[in-house]
Amino acid sequence: MKIAVCVKQVPDTWAEKKLKADTSTLDRESADGVLNELDEYAVEQALQLVEANGGEVVIVTMGPERAAETLRKAISMGADAGIHVLDNNLAGSDAIATSAVLAKALEGRDFDLIIFGSESTDARMSVIPAMVAERLGLAQVTFAQKVNVDGTTLTAERVTDYGFDTLSATLPAVVSVVEKINEPRYPSFKGIMAAKKKPVETLTATDLGLDPSVVGAGAAWSAVADFAARPPKPAGVVISDEGSGGTSIADYLTTSKFI
Amino acid sequence: MPTGPIELFALHHHSSSEDRAMAAVVKEYVDTNVKPHVAEWFEKGEVPARELMRDFGSLGALGMHLQGYGCAGTTATAYGLAALELEAGDSGIRSMVSVQGSLAMFAIYEFGTEDQKQTWLPRMATGEIIGCFGLTEADFGSNPQGMLTNAKRDGQDWILNGSKMWITNGSVADVAVVWAQTTEGIRGFIVPTNSPGFVSNIIHKKMSLRASITSELVFTDVRLPADSMLPEVQGLRGPLSCLNEARFGIAFGALGAARDCLETAIDYSINRVQFDRPIAGYQLTQKKLADMTLELGKGMLLALHLSHLKDTVGVTPEQISLGKLNNAREALKIARECRSILGGNGITLEYPIIRHMNNLESVFTYEGTNEMHTLVIGHALTGLAAFK
Repeated sequence: MKIAVCVKQVPDTWAEKKLKADTSTLDRESADGVLNELDEYAVEQALQLVEANGGEVVIVTMGPERAAETLRKAISMGADAGIHVLDNNLAGSDAIATSAVLAKALEGRDFDLIIFGSESTDARMSVIPAMVAERLGLAQVTFAQKVNVDGTTLTAERVTDYGFDTLSATLPAVVSVVEKINEPRYPSFKGIMAAKKKPVETLTATDLGLDPSVVGAGAAWSAVADFAARPPKPAGVVISDEGSGGTSIADYLTTSKFI
Repeated sequence: MPTGPIELFALHHHSSSEDRAMAAVVKEYVDTNVKPHVAEWFEKGEVPARELMRDFGSLGALGMHLQGYGCAGTTATAYGLAALELEAGDSGIRSMVSVQGSLAMFAIYEFGTEDQKQTWLPRMATGEIIGCFGLTEADFGSNPQGMLTNAKRDGQDWILNGSKMWITNGSVADVAVVWAQTTEGIRGFIVPTNSPGFVSNIIHKKMSLRASITSELVFTDVRLPADSMLPEVQGLRGPLSCLNEARFGIAFGALGAARDCLETAIDYSINRVQFDRPIAGYQLTQKKLADMTLELGKGMLLALHLSHLKDTVGVTPEQISLGKLNNAREALKIARECRSILGGNGITLEYPIIRHMNNLESVFTYEGTNEMHTLVIGHALTGLAAFK
């Protein structure tokens, strides 16, 4: 089977992030770019499926030049090829534009399965898998904690607030996976060395036949009007327990809508 | 935003992105699977060697710079940087990997027959088989030429007698590469540790490398088939070329321990307030930090220079002595100085420093003592061997 895994380069989770004053977008120089941690589960799932069923794994990313490192990192886990959509006109694209770009990059390549992580650790929207599925007219199974493929039938457990639903779909389909699904492997030294020899296609928005006016910051449906640093945390509330400590805590949690 | 001691030197210009990617994987593994547990292993004097070795095998870290036989075939620089990241976890963990790859596997790789290589190396590369390396004896450390362990012909077989001391991985190993006197000079033998007459005794009461297994090996009439002997080398050149590989790794590795100490001390000094200000703000502390950073960076430049030589024109044993001597010595000094910055906290296993410091006492001595490397350099400079 032929599987695409869509990955994103995100600022290092542990780094202090800054926004640029002029464009209100992330200052990518302020933090190292890393492979979105949640995408590692998607790569692992694809590799496991291919190890069990045969086939190939293609890593797909959209991002600036240095996102190529992230693409190589994902390939070094054991994937076979990569597609990098690299175009300055794409900077500032929102989820709608991003999904349009990814859908164009994915379509017509006969992927049986397209796998995403559950969200990116920077934007945290979780909408791209659904948008891409919709654009490609494919079945979508999001937030899967278990994925099985039998012939052309995909069965998955979709995590819900109350447990999980078991869903099935006919391939080709789009899946997003949650952290519980597996334990991503480390790239092996052999994988790292092999990655540089694996084919990577670099494409622009024009190559994909996209009208530049539908992508990039200019086409975004929302814009950041202003931003400010988070105010310092207010001092905590100290409750002295004079027999009613439990009640006071429960009241506090209720007021804060935790319970 | 303060800059880290290694970042200050911008040393990444001395390695390829691929070398650094491999080092990053080792760092990630060590941060996740070694650092959270190693203080406890050190305190208990035990280590899950088999499990770790399997993991290192799947990363490709065992015999990583050898070609073929399931080995990754990396550059010497990648190997050095991996050793550094392992030792940033613990010198014992790096020792475990060094002994497997640079001593046991390298001996078979360099001096073994094709059959011997096919039999042992692929399974040693995955970590399925653990190897150890028997050269040092209780009374023959710096002077291995005088070793008493011997192998005598009995028909086609060899009969091995004697003992080896300070053998890393000794009691967990499946196979030992043992060097012994024969009528043809010193020869290497591949000895399965389940051979009748082979006994290993763990050395207890160590105060250093406690997260590493160190043993005595005893051979009493161990019968070995003819094809156990490594045919491609005779004399001390065999074991010494293996040691060169491992010492090269130590030139990097020791700096990993030093880096971990220095990063810990910098972080501690910024957060430790005395007389109403962080101790990092005092000139005495800053001088310590600056001096240590200089030595760490200089040591890194030396190590990276050696790896560049090794990857291009080749590196001589004397040059490796420069690296091992300097970097083990400076790492130990850095660890001691960092200990002083942490004050009382510096002596507990809550922080990595005293553990690294105690480990580095071994690293300073093993694989060629400080004195022997000094005399190797003296010999190179004067042509006069002061140790004979």
